[in-house]
Amino acid sequence: MKTQRCKGTRDLPPGDMAVFRLIEGVFRDACLNWGYKEVRTPTLEYLHLFTSVGTLTPGMLGRVYSFLDWDGWSGERVVLRPDGTIPVVRLYIDSLEKEKLAKLFYVANTFIFEATGEKTRERWQCGAELIGVSSPSADVELVMLVLEVLQRLQIDGVKLKLSHAGLIRALLARLGLSSQEQARVFDHILDGNTKELAELGLDRTELETLSALLDLKGKSSGFVKGLKALLSPDLVGIQTGIDDLVSVAGLLESLGADYQIDLASVRDFEYYTGAIFQIFKGKDKIGGGGRYDALIPLMGGKDTPASGVALYLDRLMGLVKPEALAEPKTPGILVRAKPGTAKEGFSLVTRLHKAGYRAEFNLGAQRRAGFGWTLDVQSKAPRFILTDRAKKKFEARTISEVLKLLKR
Amino acid sequence: MNKTENIKIALPKGRLLAETAACLKEAGWGLDGYNASARLYRVKSRNFPRLSAKMFHERDIPVQVAIGNYDLGICGSDWIEELMVKYPSSALIRIGSLGYARSALYVAVSAADEMSTVEAVRQRSGVVRIASEYPNLAEHFALNLRLRRFGVFPLWGAAEAYPPECADLALVCGTKEGLADCGLAPLAKVLAVSACLVANRNSWEAKDMKEVVASIYDEATAQEAESEIITPYSGKRPPESKIFPPGADGDTVRLALPDGHQQSPTFELLSKAGIGLDDYPSPTGNRRPATDLPGVAVKVIRPQDMPLQVASGNFDLAITGRDWLREHLYQFPASPVKELLDLRSGRVKIVAVVSNDMPVADTVGLISLSAGRTAPLRVASEYVNIADKYARDNHLGSYRVVPTWGATEAFLPEDADLLIENTETGRTIARHNLKIIDTLFESTACLIGSRRRVASAIKRDRIGSIIQALQTGVN
Repeated sequence: MKTQRCKGTRDLPPGDMAVFRLIEGVFRDACLNWGYKEVRTPTLEYLHLFTSVGTLTPGMLGRVYSFLDWDGWSGERVVLRPDGTIPVVRLYIDSLEKEKLAKLFYVANTFIFEATGEKTRERWQCGAELIGVSSPSADVELVMLVLEVLQRLQIDGVKLKLSHAGLIRALLARLGLSSQEQARVFDHILDGNTKELAELGLDRTELETLSALLDLKGKSSGFVKGLKALLSPDLVGIQTGIDDLVSVAGLLESLGADYQIDLASVRDFEYYTGAIFQIFKGKDKIGGGGRYDALIPLMGGKDTPASGVALYLDRLMGLVKPEALAEPKTPGILVRAKPGTAKEGFSLVTRLHKAGYRAEFNLGAQRRAGFGWTLDVQSKAPRFILTDRAKKKFEARTISEVLKLLKR
Repeated sequence: MNKTENIKIALPKGRLLAETAACLKEAGWGLDGYNASARLYRVKSRNFPRLSAKMFHERDIPVQVAIGNYDLGICGSDWIEELMVKYPSSALIRIGSLGYARSALYVAVSAADEMSTVEAVRQRSGVVRIASEYPNLAEHFALNLRLRRFGVFPLWGAAEAYPPECADLALVCGTKEGLADCGLAPLAKVLAVSACLVANRNSWEAKDMKEVVASIYDEATAQEAESEIITPYSGKRPPESKIFPPGADGDTVRLALPDGHQQSPTFELLSKAGIGLDDYPSPTGNRRPATDLPGVAVKVIRPQDMPLQVASGNFDLAITGRDWLREHLYQFPASPVKELLDLRSGRVKIVAVVSNDMPVADTVGLISLSAGRTAPLRVASEYVNIADKYARDNHLGSYRVVPTWGATEAFLPEDADLLIENTETGRTIARHNLKIIDTLFESTACLIGSRRRVASAIKRDRIGSIIQALQTGVN
């Protein structure tokens, strides 16, 4: 039979869904332990939340799912949420702005068109936003949070790439580009079109310095040395960015995180202003985040610093080992009601649930092997017969006796 | 490559017809019946026996070629880009410009507008309204300009009449001189336009079309029009009469009247109602005729576009057809637009039409036929929302609505299975070997307005007296 699923979407059958919930559960637990509170935003938002400079790149905007709503005669579009952070920031401005510090987290789907249909167009992410703090410690806390999640999921060998949006912008300014050129170059870097930088009409020295800067990689000490060599003799205009990046990197290094500075590793979001971190497992990017101090005022809120991080749930699902999935704690009970005893059978199932057992009413199609016990219900005495895996039988006259037998 | 397979080409009606016909004649195609007075839209070539052609509204051609109904097509590059900008991975390939019918797409403002540069538009707060027959290109322009809030009015025509009062920007096809005549100033040239040859990607790879293509298109000599940078508008003001509405205020009633073939019956009705108009219908294309009604400003736009304009608050009253009102309400059920008065003229039926060869007598027959099909039912219509609702309400199973811009009867049977069309007498339908299987509703001209409360008492009175006058005229 032909698949009827929409191109570029995926189903989550029970096995996948169990993995999904496991990741979600680990992420929720970690967030709650770090003092974050869960929020949920609508799937539909106004397109204009995402269109201005400093939100999404043109490359992303060209792939959003936007349409006219049933009352969209003004021609303004709505969009299926293409990003997790901007809606949470909108929620913060709408209803939490009185709070000086907001630590929020969410598990949400985002929608971005992808032409081949081979990757999913609906993606799930686990995200956390730390609103109201500007110190490097806030950025480090977010990194530590996701590293903790990955560790609990037993996903190891994770690598961090660090970049800094403020530093890139300052470098572009130092190259003598106009503010419009800076924005365009930054967009190209974000969209990953580093080859197209050559077409922007920069002169040769500018282009060479720029590519050398974007190629610069390493730990913080080596990175700063490389920067100094390229931009000798001084670091005027870029010192703040360097200091910020170095302090985030330094703290992460002292905490034993494996990282590399790679300025060109930024992607997709224009809203970043400070440190940007991306998390890789092998070649796959499994998460990322960064500081976005300008976004809240840009969206009409007060001047409030913030940073955020997200893990890409779809990518993590392929990395969780099956053995990480815990077996159900209590062995299940299959309740088999003889004809005429359906009422008693259902009451029994309810009582067993109340007592904390997993119990199913036998519909004739369940496999016995999936249960630790079977419990036959009949109208004549003894009313209940309990059989264990070894086929040993126990008789009971009342439900209380059944519960006592199960406890033994 | 297959050298014997037939080649199908989609040829434009309308503005490109004369020059395209001349080009094909010179190429020795020997097409009989490709002219403006053609009543049947299928044409064979005497000199290329493998070649068959069909005439379409120009705007339909990129879609027809992209979905593979036609191997080749000729149309303006504006409509090619309008498709490609939204669907970059479609199977449409642009072979090249044929060098004639040159014009350009401009983003323009009213020459009286303060926003005389693109940067000024970008800095504007609030929603920037863009009117255009090219909604995809308009959206693309707005997104690339990083306009924060914008709304696009997708139009059937007359975009040049929208700024400044009904839209801030218009994306229009034309020349700078033409824009100036309409009181517009160009802000940016978005695209150089000329007639182009397009092909379906799969056909291009599978079929041998070299000889046919080479007869009209020479890669070596083909020239693409140069793009051009617009200098900021110098700020020359247009004559007062070009700015609508002169001296308008919150008490002015804004009335939209139809262009095209609805003008004569509308003029007649208004005369009967005692409403005098100067320069309507206008031989010079004036879209802002004067009226002797005090406190009323008139603008002439497409009837198809009126319900949306009334909903958006750009007009208080409009004379359009019930078909277009329904089309609007099916798309926007919460719209405040309603019918105020049946004007009883221009009576047409909106009907469901199939080919005479389809063994179906009515909608019930169509439902059982569509249930047994594996391919989706292709429903072609100018009324996409009415067509969609008809298919939905009748559970036509898997179906696709193909939007068209005219000459819809030419789509059956090869390019669509079902049409939702309007008809006065049914003669055109019969001539194309088609039959009506259902009548959806009857449509006449009507006066439409908004449910929203009008704040000004003076304006309420004025609206009331116009409705009353028209009521008298109808009776």
